[in-house]
Amino acid sequence: MKAVYFAWVRERIGKAEEELDPPNNVSTVGDLIAWMSTRGEGYAYAFEKASIIRAAIDRSHVKHDAKIAGAREVAFFPPMTGG
Amino acid sequence: MQAEIFDAAEEARNLVAGRTDLGAVVSFVGLCRDEGAGLAALEIEHYPGMAEAEIARVVMEAEARWRGVRATAIHRYGSFAPGEPIVLVVTAAAHRGEAFAAAEMLMDYLKTRAPFWKRVRYLDGSQGGWVEAKSHDDNSAARWDAGASKK
Repeated sequence: MKAVYFAWVRERIGKAEEELDPPNNVSTVGDLIAWMSTRGEGYAYAFEKASIIRAAIDRSHVKHDAKIAGAREVAFFPPMTGG
Repeated sequence: MQAEIFDAAEEARNLVAGRTDLGAVVSFVGLCRDEGAGLAALEIEHYPGMAEAEIARVVMEAEARWRGVRATAIHRYGSFAPGEPIVLVVTAAAHRGEAFAAAEMLMDYLKTRAPFWKRVRYLDGSQGGWVEAKSHDDNSAARWDAGASKK
C-alpha cells in the first residue's frame, strides 16, 4: 500500500510518500503506526505521540482501530489547522 | 479548493441564481491574521484529493442537516500575507437563522476536518513552525456532531 505524510509528520519522516509492505500481524492503523515507529529515528519522532496522529484511508478520516486490509492509500498527519 | 483568490460576491450570486425562495445569504471570509509577532506569511499545505472530498462531504452534511439550505465552500492553499483571504463559506436559506447556523457549522467542520495545515513564516525570514490545533475548535465542531442537540 502507499503511505502519504503531511506537515510535520512528513518533515520528521523525511519523505512525502512511500510504498509500505507491513507484516501480516499489522491489521489496524494503530498497528501500522506502532510498526512504523520501529523503522528508524524519523518514524519514531513522527509517531512519538501516537494518540494525536490523525489518519485517513483512501482519503477518508479513520480512527486508529480501523482495519487496513484492502487500503490503497494510508495517510498520516497532525491535527488539521485549516480555515 | 484552489490557489487562486475567490470572489465572494460572485459565489453568492451563483448560489442563489434563478432562485426566488431564498431570503437569506451569509458569506464568511477567513483572512490571514498577524497576531502581532511580525508575520510575513502563513503557508498552507493540503492533501490533494482528500481536501476536495472532505470539503464536499462537509457541504453535503450542512445541506442535509437543514432542509433547503444551499452552501458553497472554497479553501485556498499556498502562501498568504496578512490580510489575504484564505477561506470562503457562503450559505443561502429561506431564513437567516439557518443560513447563519449552516455557515458556522461549515467553518467549524472545515477547521477540524479538512486536511490543511498552516505554517508560520516571519518577516525576519525565520520559520515559526506549524500552527497547533486548538482544542476549542474541536469543541466548536463537536456542537454539530450526531447526538448533539439540534437547532
